Amino acid sequence: MATKNIMIVGVGGQGSLLASKLLGRLLVDEGFDVKVSEVHGMSQRGGSVVTYVRFGDKVYSPVIEEGEADFIVSFEKIEAARYITDLRKDGTVIVNTQQIDPMPVIIGNQTYPSEVLEEMKAKGVHVDDIDALSLASEAGSAKACNIVLMGRLAKYFDIPYEKWEAAIEKCVKPNFVEINKKAFALGYHH
Amino acid sequence: MKELLIGNAALARGIYEAGCSVISSYPGTPSTEITEEFAKYADVYCEWAPNEKVAMETAFGASLRGKRSACCMKHVGLNVAADPLFTMSYTGVNAGMIICVADDPGMHSSQNEQDSRHYAVAAKVPMLEPSDSQEALDFAKIAYEISEQFDTPVFIKMCTRVAHSQSIVEKGERTEVTKEYVKNPKKYIMAPANAIARHPFVEERTARLTEYAETSPLNRVEQGTGECDFGIITSSTSYEYVKEVFGNSVSVLKLGMINPLPVKLIQDFAARVGKVYVIEELDPVIETHCKTIGVNVIGKEKFSMLGEFSQKTIAKAFGLPEKETVCLDTAVPVRPPMMCAGCPHRGMYYVLAKNKITVLGDIGCYTLGSMPPLNALDMTLCMGASVSGLHGYNKAGGAETENKTVCVIGDSTFMHSGVTGLINIAYNQSNSTVIVLDNSITGMTGHQQNPTTGYNIKGDPAGKVDLESLCHSVGIRSVRVVDPYNLEECERVVKEELAKDEPSVIISRRPCVLLKYVKPKKPLHVNPDKCRGCKKCMKFGCPAISFRDKHAVVDATLCIGCGVCAGLCPFGAFESEGE
Ligand SMILES: Cc1ncc(C[n+]2csc(CCOP(=O)(O)OP(=O)(O)O)c2C)c(N)n1
Ligand code: SF4
Ligand code: SF4
Repeated sequence: MATKNIMIVGVGGQGSLLASKLLGRLLVDEGFDVKVSEVHGMSQRGGSVVTYVRFGDKVYSPVIEEGEADFIVSFEKIEAARYITDLRKDGTVIVNTQQIDPMPVIIGNQTYPSEVLEEMKAKGVHVDDIDALSLASEAGSAKACNIVLMGRLAKYFDIPYEKWEAAIEKCVKPNFVEINKKAFALGYHH
Repeated sequence: MKELLIGNAALARGIYEAGCSVISSYPGTPSTEITEEFAKYADVYCEWAPNEKVAMETAFGASLRGKRSACCMKHVGLNVAADPLFTMSYTGVNAGMIICVADDPGMHSSQNEQDSRHYAVAAKVPMLEPSDSQEALDFAKIAYEISEQFDTPVFIKMCTRVAHSQSIVEKGERTEVTKEYVKNPKKYIMAPANAIARHPFVEERTARLTEYAETSPLNRVEQGTGECDFGIITSSTSYEYVKEVFGNSVSVLKLGMINPLPVKLIQDFAARVGKVYVIEELDPVIETHCKTIGVNVIGKEKFSMLGEFSQKTIAKAFGLPEKETVCLDTAVPVRPPMMCAGCPHRGMYYVLAKNKITVLGDIGCYTLGSMPPLNALDMTLCMGASVSGLHGYNKAGGAETENKTVCVIGDSTFMHSGVTGLINIAYNQSNSTVIVLDNSITGMTGHQQNPTTGYNIKGDPAGKVDLESLCHSVGIRSVRVVDPYNLEECERVVKEELAKDEPSVIISRRPCVLLKYVKPKKPLHVNPDKCRGCKKCMKFGCPAISFRDKHAVVDATLCIGCGVCAGLCPFGAFESEGE
């Protein structure tokens, strides 16, 4: 199988590490060669963060480059736009519609481009937007946004639902398994 | 079992399997997780040292005693540990010792982009360079073998992409290794007479290591299928990018041992493939070696000395077609990192910025105080430089600068190398005001314990440096403690200490809000009837406060209820729940 590329983008502290851990676990269990490239350190302090997940028969590079991403899963509205040049022509953007103002917007130097998803759609990008924050709260924790989005992503894969649930069980602390399974289901079925 | 591990965790596993029983390190991105992962094993000793020099000497002591040891640091940490390094090359080791050093091409979390390979060459110490997690694990074991066989410390060089990328790893078993300690002054006392006798050994060892490099499986030729009329010499993560682009179509000499580099292996490879490209990030280390041994290669004229590479860098350099992309017309505002909502550092910065004080800064989360809207810093250089720099600034500036300049330094950084600068201030008497931003943790690198926190790497109670007594005992009489959430107190004390005609230390003390024992309070909210949109609160730069429809609003998912913003609002618009 040719290598598939998933980018997880968002704001430092939003829990992208758990999402990539979940994907990594699942894909290894499915028998793929997998590489995941994470961000630690400085940019985790509220900066823009990007994680690359690549899988296939044999994966060399740990990073995804311009025009290569099959999926961009964005935890925040404009972060999807920041990395859009990395998307393949026929790729899919899954985006949480939550708005988190970056500092230049907070201090009034720049404005938040709220219409950016519409522009993407107008340019023919397949955008799957979802209010993951509300769904996560419904599941019992605003922090479970990341798993809501994984639920949404799962719809695009042929991997059985139970396998995803099994991966959640392996990656999440026992106390949080139920909330996260619920968040996953809400993302999947919404 | 097959497992996905980041390079650093795989390296820690390899070090463990090799029977290492002592690691001493100082944190630094992207090296930190090596030590944190090693600390999870029960039957080994692991610690955070106050700085990299102490860490390396501790690992050396353990090796001398007969236990395999290691120390880990980021690239700039090696500058701090360079002193023991160069002479350890002469003494060699007893039990094997490895030095893990992690470079940061692209400067994801660093103040420069220096290339550690130069240290291996300069100190004449062998260096291995893995390109993925499995190699990190395997190379650790080989490194210990080399260390003992050739009587030398051995470097393992990581870089951000290898350190923080997960790839599949198969684990093995641990083997225990112990050597006897035998007194040997000629080998271990590096005074001139002994060192003079020892230097020839170092040169001869390099010659033997070069022989080893010719045939070691660390360096391998991958024969291409013949579609390309050139060959590539590469290493580390650049190897992965080369394979991503060319697959098996090109012949590759993949170097796992970066110092010393083989001679004949390279010459033979070049003779076979004809035209040779060297693809390496940062400086032309392999390229220079090739040219020295008479092999004409193409390197830095095609591949930059700046930043990280990727498959795109390589495809572009070889003129391969670019991928189709989507472009938007909308400009997306940048999202730089910033101090957390409720961060204790922010209060002190607000006061310093408000009073237009010149601030010599240092390295940590508090470096982010240089960003808008606070713009509070004038300088950051390297760890500890704020304190020594302030001393020099005030010696040069005299009365003109002394009462309007301070330095700020974090607790971990102060322990690392700030205290020596403070001793200089006390000894050579500059009228300097040093502010220690004591948040009781090493924040920037992901919350490690340090000598001021009272806990060790495993979270168990440990010795605790009393900052006040330390400052007193080096000769600072005026030592004050303030709470950075209390802006009035901070402002008063800063003014008083700046006015004094003697050196002083202000300890700005409150724990980092991300620590488990710091319980967030209920978030505040802005009463829209009271808020008049004056934007005074926006000068504070808390990421939980933003401005929508002519009013300030608080993001309840970010706010930790510290309450500092409430004191800034002239109209009492910030309210806590229940009001
Ligand atoms: C010589 C060197 N070693 C390590 C680092 C990595 N590093 C950057 S900041 C920092 C420590 C910050 O801790 P602290 O001073 O307590 O400030 P905080 O981040 O908690 O505000 C470290 C270890 C470095 N930049 N230079
Ligand atoms: S991690 Fe702690 S010290 Fe660092 S910015 Fe956040 S609150 Fe401040
Ligand atoms: S109380 Fe104010 S300053 Fe503190 S975290 Fe909340 S919004 Fe930020």
